[in-house]
Amino acid sequence: MDTKKITMPKLGESVTEGTINSWLVKVGDTVNKYDPIAEVMTDKVNAEVPSSYSGVIKEIVREEGDTVAVGELICYIETENEQESEQAEQKNQPSTGNLKERPIETSDETSMRSRYSPAVVKLAGEHNIDLQSISGTGLGGRITRKDIQAYINSGKMDKAPIKEKETEDQTAIYSAGGKDNEIPVTGIRKIIAENMTRSKQEIPHAWMQVEVDVTDLVSYRNKIKTEFKQREGYSLTYFSFFVYAVARALKEFPEVNSTWAGDKIIQRHDINISIAVAKENELFVPVIKGADEKSIKGIAKDIYQLAEKARSNNLAPSDMEAGTFTVNNTGTFGSVSSMGIINHPQAAILQVESIVKRPVIINNMFAARDIVNLSLSLDHRVLDGLICGRFLARIKSLLENMNEKNITI
Amino acid sequence: MAEISYIQAITAAMNEELEKDENVFIVGEDVGGKGGVFRATDGLYQKYGEERVIDAPLAESAIVGVSIGAAMYGMRPIAEIQFADFILPAVNQIVSEAAKIRYRSNNDWNCPITIRAPYGGGISGALYHSQSIEAMFNNQPGLKIVMPSSPYDAKGLLKAAIRDNDPVLFFEHKRAYRLLKEEVPEEDYIVPIGKASVKREGTDVTVITYGLCVHLAKQAAETLAKEGIDVHILDLRTVYPLDQEAIIEAASKTGKVLLVTEDNKEGSVIGEVAAIIAEHCLFELDAPIRRLAGPDVPAMPYAHSLEKAFLIDEDKIEKAVRELALF
Repeated sequence: MDTKKITMPKLGESVTEGTINSWLVKVGDTVNKYDPIAEVMTDKVNAEVPSSYSGVIKEIVREEGDTVAVGELICYIETENEQESEQAEQKNQPSTGNLKERPIETSDETSMRSRYSPAVVKLAGEHNIDLQSISGTGLGGRITRKDIQAYINSGKMDKAPIKEKETEDQTAIYSAGGKDNEIPVTGIRKIIAENMTRSKQEIPHAWMQVEVDVTDLVSYRNKIKTEFKQREGYSLTYFSFFVYAVARALKEFPEVNSTWAGDKIIQRHDINISIAVAKENELFVPVIKGADEKSIKGIAKDIYQLAEKARSNNLAPSDMEAGTFTVNNTGTFGSVSSMGIINHPQAAILQVESIVKRPVIINNMFAARDIVNLSLSLDHRVLDGLICGRFLARIKSLLENMNEKNITI
Repeated sequence: MAEISYIQAITAAMNEELEKDENVFIVGEDVGGKGGVFRATDGLYQKYGEERVIDAPLAESAIVGVSIGAAMYGMRPIAEIQFADFILPAVNQIVSEAAKIRYRSNNDWNCPITIRAPYGGGISGALYHSQSIEAMFNNQPGLKIVMPSSPYDAKGLLKAAIRDNDPVLFFEHKRAYRLLKEEVPEEDYIVPIGKASVKREGTDVTVITYGLCVHLAKQAAETLAKEGIDVHILDLRTVYPLDQEAIIEAASKTGKVLLVTEDNKEGSVIGEVAAIIAEHCLFELDAPIRRLAGPDVPAMPYAHSLEKAFLIDEDKIEKAVRELALF
């Protein structure tokens, strides 16, 4: 047994409503499919409403004399045979319902899964998307142009899944001895391993390093840091100044803010800086979005919030998406020189090393200065020494000119 | 602004042009004292007299031939063919003479003639009173074919046609005459010939059509919007020559294109639209181009049920759009 709705049928072109003249059935009556159940009057015709199902009239919803819009419920009928009613239901509702809900219903149908339209192939090619990694919402699981556009807009393509084929075979070669401690590689460690391998294997890395004199910046920051912390509730780190300078320089050197895409290089419009946040044996790379549009204070706040989220395991996937360049704070660990692995598919990574007091010669005299090394790893397919040299020189100049007089936080 | 019907918009356009330019005159069967069988020229004979609103004998070739002669002499005739189906005796005049005169005379002569004719089914007119005949003319360079979808466009396009210095075929859907009403300005305006118009913005499926089918597509789009299907509608307005730029833009917008015409499917105007899309938009297409048209049978049937089966309606458009959206 199954209860079905009978609605006001469409009784002619341009007819939008009808008035129920009289009911030809009452509750409890048994009717066959197509039996007339009510007489309806419209401004054009008088007509009988046929029953859409065979069954027993369960409830009459609209009374005689009521004017009812086409498609509105007029009565309920209890059908005898479920199978028949299902068929009738399908016939009466060719609509598959809301387009947005549909993927759930058809997700297991995959006959059209690998038939791609020209639009889909073109978009996938332009954005270097592996179509296997997208699920389709079209007929038979087909990937539609909208699916690809949604995927591109979601920013997920910056971390396309990595094939696992080779890592599996190696497990047999390395077996743990009696006193060795075997730690299974899972979760974030596994992802780090895969990303690093992929980046190092795919990208021809080259390195470059400059020395920057940040004495003025250090004295300025030391002067205001306590008051800043009290006022804002978080620290004004050196790192914020470095990220700020890098974002400015990236704006002037879009070549560095780019991605290798096989047959072309994509220069990203947005400047979203990935920063590395370490936590025990985990490493997260959250993103400061639109860094070129933020003040030093704004960047400091973003860093503080992202680090807090990382520590409390509250980073959302959206916090880690769409990075276009990475700045890595290796100075935290006391490092003075390092060679970073590029955060795939970005084109470069900058390591900000420790700030150390060094004797340097200025005007033929020794002076004690605060010196920091900036180490750049670059994708040599995308970038050459010339551009990177200019890029680093620009960052150097920005940082060396940061002093009490001309910094606005 | 007053709300007027499609046919009142046609009458208003002719009235304003008769008033404005003394070279404009009307010639056709029953256009005078009777005011036209559909009453498109209602009141014009009384206002402008028998020399400017001329009852013609039952001879379409003569109606168009006389108009062509007058047009070449500097007049601006509006020739009414009572039903588009009756235009066939005048085809030689239209195609061989009106369309070619500027070209043949090396630009010495031109032919500013407007030929109005009601087309289309849905009024139990059967054959002789229901056909769509635009496809017969849409490979004749020198002609323009205009088929408006709303009272506003009808008035603006008819005025543009009358002022155009070359022959324009102006086809009005006879079911639209009293079905479609909207606010139309009383002051002078024109709608440019040769420009298509986006009647609805959408992102899921593009419907490209013209004439009454635009109205049906708009209705279908409202229903589909409730299901979350967002329809983009392009009204061709001028079906020859076609506004290629607008077609390419509309097709590229969604990558899923439904072309609709009431005409028989094979060899219809929308086949040419499909060809333009195929030539220019391959890499934007996300589904095969789909055509929804009348069946390839010789004429509109008389029986109501068969006429309904032949005609495009909002349900057929709705179903075709839904299938494309789900593809």
